[in-house]
Amino acid sequence: MTMQTSMDVTRRSATTTPSSSIRETPKVAKLIDESKCIGCKACQVACQEWNDLKEDIGMNVGVYDNPADLTASSWTLMRFAEVENETRLDWLIRKDGCMHCADPGCLKACPSPGAIVQYANGIVDFKQENCIGCGYCVTGCPFDIPRISKKDSKAYKCTLCSDRVSVGLEPACVKTCPTGAIVFGGKDEMVAYGEKRAGELKERGYQKAALYNPAGVGGTHVMYVLRHGDKPQEYSGLPADPKVSPMVSLWKGIAKPLGVAAMGLTALFAFLHYVRVGPNDAEVDNDKH
Amino acid sequence: MTNHWVDIKNADLILIMGGNAAEAHPCGFKWVTEAMQHRKAKLVVVDPRYTRSAAVADYYAPLRVGTDIAFLAGVINHMLSNNKIHAEYVKAYTNATFLVNPDFKFDNGFFSGYSEEKRTYDKSTWAYQRGKDDFVLVDETMQDPQCVFQLMKKHYSRYTPELVSKITGTPKEQFLKVAEYIAGTHTPDKVMTICYALGWTQHTVGSQNIRAMAMIQLLLGNMGRAGGGVNALRGHANVQGITDMCAYSEVLPGYLGAPGDGDVDRETYLKARTPKPLRPNQMNFPQNFSKWHTSLMKAWYGAAATKENDFAYDWLPKRDTAYDSLAIFDRMFQGKVNGFICQGFNPIAAIPNKKKLGTAFAKLKYLVVIDPLRTETAEFWKNYGAFNDVDPSKIQTEVFRLPSSCFAEETGTFTNSSRVIAWKQRAVEPPGEAKVDSEITARLFLKLRAMYKAEPGAFADAIQNLTWTYANANMPAPEELLREINGRAIEDVLAPVDPKAPPVPKGTPPTVLVKAGEQLPGFAMLRDDGSTACGNWIYAGCFSQAGNLTARRDLADPSGLGNYPGWGFSWPANRRVLYNRAGADPAGKPWDASRRGIAWNGKAWAGVDVPDIAPALGPESGAGPFIMTPEGVARLFAVGLMNEGPFPEHYEPFETPVGTNLMCPTNPKAVSNPAARVFKGDLEQFGKAAEFPYAATTYRLTEHHHFWTKNSISNSSVQPAQFIEIGTELAKEKGIHNGDMVKVKSMRGEIKATCVVTKRIKGLDVNGKKVHHVGIPIHWGFIGVAQNGYLSNTLTPYVGDANSQTPEFKAFLVNIEKA
Repeated sequence: MTMQTSMDVTRRSATTTPSSSIRETPKVAKLIDESKCIGCKACQVACQEWNDLKEDIGMNVGVYDNPADLTASSWTLMRFAEVENETRLDWLIRKDGCMHCADPGCLKACPSPGAIVQYANGIVDFKQENCIGCGYCVTGCPFDIPRISKKDSKAYKCTLCSDRVSVGLEPACVKTCPTGAIVFGGKDEMVAYGEKRAGELKERGYQKAALYNPAGVGGTHVMYVLRHGDKPQEYSGLPADPKVSPMVSLWKGIAKPLGVAAMGLTALFAFLHYVRVGPNDAEVDNDKH
Repeated sequence: MTNHWVDIKNADLILIMGGNAAEAHPCGFKWVTEAMQHRKAKLVVVDPRYTRSAAVADYYAPLRVGTDIAFLAGVINHMLSNNKIHAEYVKAYTNATFLVNPDFKFDNGFFSGYSEEKRTYDKSTWAYQRGKDDFVLVDETMQDPQCVFQLMKKHYSRYTPELVSKITGTPKEQFLKVAEYIAGTHTPDKVMTICYALGWTQHTVGSQNIRAMAMIQLLLGNMGRAGGGVNALRGHANVQGITDMCAYSEVLPGYLGAPGDGDVDRETYLKARTPKPLRPNQMNFPQNFSKWHTSLMKAWYGAAATKENDFAYDWLPKRDTAYDSLAIFDRMFQGKVNGFICQGFNPIAAIPNKKKLGTAFAKLKYLVVIDPLRTETAEFWKNYGAFNDVDPSKIQTEVFRLPSSCFAEETGTFTNSSRVIAWKQRAVEPPGEAKVDSEITARLFLKLRAMYKAEPGAFADAIQNLTWTYANANMPAPEELLREINGRAIEDVLAPVDPKAPPVPKGTPPTVLVKAGEQLPGFAMLRDDGSTACGNWIYAGCFSQAGNLTARRDLADPSGLGNYPGWGFSWPANRRVLYNRAGADPAGKPWDASRRGIAWNGKAWAGVDVPDIAPALGPESGAGPFIMTPEGVARLFAVGLMNEGPFPEHYEPFETPVGTNLMCPTNPKAVSNPAARVFKGDLEQFGKAAEFPYAATTYRLTEHHHFWTKNSISNSSVQPAQFIEIGTELAKEKGIHNGDMVKVKSMRGEIKATCVVTKRIKGLDVNGKKVHHVGIPIHWGFIGVAQNGYLSNTLTPYVGDANSQTPEFKAFLVNIEKA
């Protein structure tokens, strides 16, 4: 399932210039069928290979999640959760990464013009050349996805392989998935397939199976089929009802112009500091918020 | 696999036991997900650990390591007691009706004929009753107490659900649930497939684990059918090819039994391996043994193998004793081996008891390691701190390293678990001075041959006379090798003379089936008069006059069953499902019309696969579907072949957390497999539960491939460092927290690693005692880009299966504490 779409930008962070609108670009989506996912991490490796990323070889910290969290070089990560109740034990495995929200909190929060864009096909992409490393996208994301690189202080996350999609290829993780747990296609088509899968899983005995396409962020272009659709938070904290933080909306409405002005002052101060004192070596905080 | 990867999609029930397909075979696992989605198949997983296969299963049941036979025997008992078997199939296609020698006995853990001193059985009583015509006597009613069916029923009636639960630790209701799932496929419209791997083979009862499942599949009527079979998931891309081509000492290519000291001449050797039919009108295909063997000798020795010299039989090595890997390294350990050539093998990581292996290598004069990677074996002499604490100044072994190529750097074939031989092209040239393995072997051979020519030593003939006709003697081309394996006609191959046919007029030229010099179309053309050469009879047909059929990539699937007859070449004879004659009823009608394999059309067998029976041998002939046995049927009772008994019986692992065998608690001599070989000195190296109370098992993780991918950054970044897994209960008892460093100790050594505390490993109630498991993933060592660690073989015991000598990596004893 592949489709080639235009790469018209419909939204651009901190920009008021209207976007182009003459082309009718279909929306794309990736569907992750958790019931078929075996947590093999082939998608993690394919992501690194396609995007020329090299993750550090870390340590085992007592879990199967490796690296232990998303990083600037690991844009997708298998998260493993052991959930036990009276009747059964589940080892819930979820491929975490950017959900490509239709209403992206990161883009809304971003103060730097053009650092985050949303294409007409629905993909939300970070443009590192415009990124100032402020980390607002991290705060703005209801899924805790973007990570700031220690190397260049810029924000990184899954691009949904926008480069591949633009030439009619499926994302690298989709291509590599050995069990067919990840599929890609038009958003409507994926919603229909996801609902069909949820129905099939209900027949199998997973009465609460559901498609995860949360309305609080306008739906997403990465969706899950969950066997336990009533308890998304059991899948390593997948939010039950994600929303863009009211603070971000507030920021977008009133505070942003003030904020931009403040940042200008900060930049000026930093420049003066640099000129008079020299570079500041403080490390960029890369912790999760 | 008796069936093949894609065929898993045709199953109604997939049992994963003795394996972990989702983690160890993730690409093949797609056919499991396919069956689940499109056929609504159920997936059941039985494993000591709740694995990633279990994570997507419909049902999971735990069991204690090393108790699979008890579990499966309980399933057999459940099926027989509840009459959930495919009775017509069992009667027609197995030896259930055959009468057994009345002297055959089973008593308190021993079958008849046991010698305690030799630790072997005299198998003479494990035999059939014969009639005056020398055929086996049968009882079609299956009521005779000496018939296989009744003996089997009696033997397995001992495995009650209660006792099974006491031995295996599987809660009774969970055992019964799995038994119900399995037994539910006894009707002709339901099929189960079983996928297993090293979780069944790496035990001292490994071969019998698999036999127990073969019996279940026969009783259910699931052999020879689409979606059925007993399916071994092989370890890497070409491990099936390795066994087919005989990379071990007991067989010659194509599973032809290798000669031993007792086979004093060709006639004796052939006679012992050419059976007579045990029932009337059977195909008894092994009667062709002499054709396969003679053609092999012609492939090896060419014109030098003649009728006069018994086709060079004397040049074949005759085994005087065991030459399996455990036997070889034990001999090395005793200082009886001078040199060792190690090609594509990292024994210090892959053979149990690292300390014993390291000591053995230190006694060699020289060690040659042919490998694309740096290996621990090649650096056994180097000090890597606690991971390899040796003193190089005390080791005199000279080590030579010959860099070879990786799989992607050489053209040739892979034979996968499906028995499909697939041609592949090299993607890149080997780096630096690395050479492909065939070139290294060829150059070594030519050098040796020249040395023998210069100064003929003892027994030079076997080396001097080997045929070597490659265009470039130093570099045999992969095409040349595959053509040689396929075989060719040396002289015209003539049609056999039918004694019943009317006499032909004098002077009529004989019918030529294959012209001299042509590639053979299949093994039916092989002859034992020296007119054909064939390097491996089961591969015959893969590179015929029609070309290299292994290079075919036809995606046509006319049946929709996924047989893909034009994709590569599936041995034997491009047959995709073995025993497919058994997929039809005795009259030749498929058991299940929705999954038709082959059927009798009134004149011939035909259908979506190559028939596994002579095409014109119709149902009225009475010929059975299991053409490789002289009985024509499958063996529920294994006459003569298995070393520890004709029926699988539960024996404890050599290191048992329980100490007694609950199937024969009063016989201390039958706690563990009475026929398994134990080397001198190794018995003392087995731990007891008092000191090492926990049941340990080793296993693979999906992120890594054996000890190779610790050299790859991508693999290592997603599973960077060694760890140990234990359950939450045991962790609490021992005061161990998730992420703590722990020390795991066995009788052979100790390792340290991070501890993963998990709910996925439970303490099991075994006969009133709590047994905890300790899980030990294997992939780390002291070489590679992953975090260096200990070889898991520091811990493992030096004992193997009584038939195959596969080491018991899956069940041994350890202790664990916070480091």
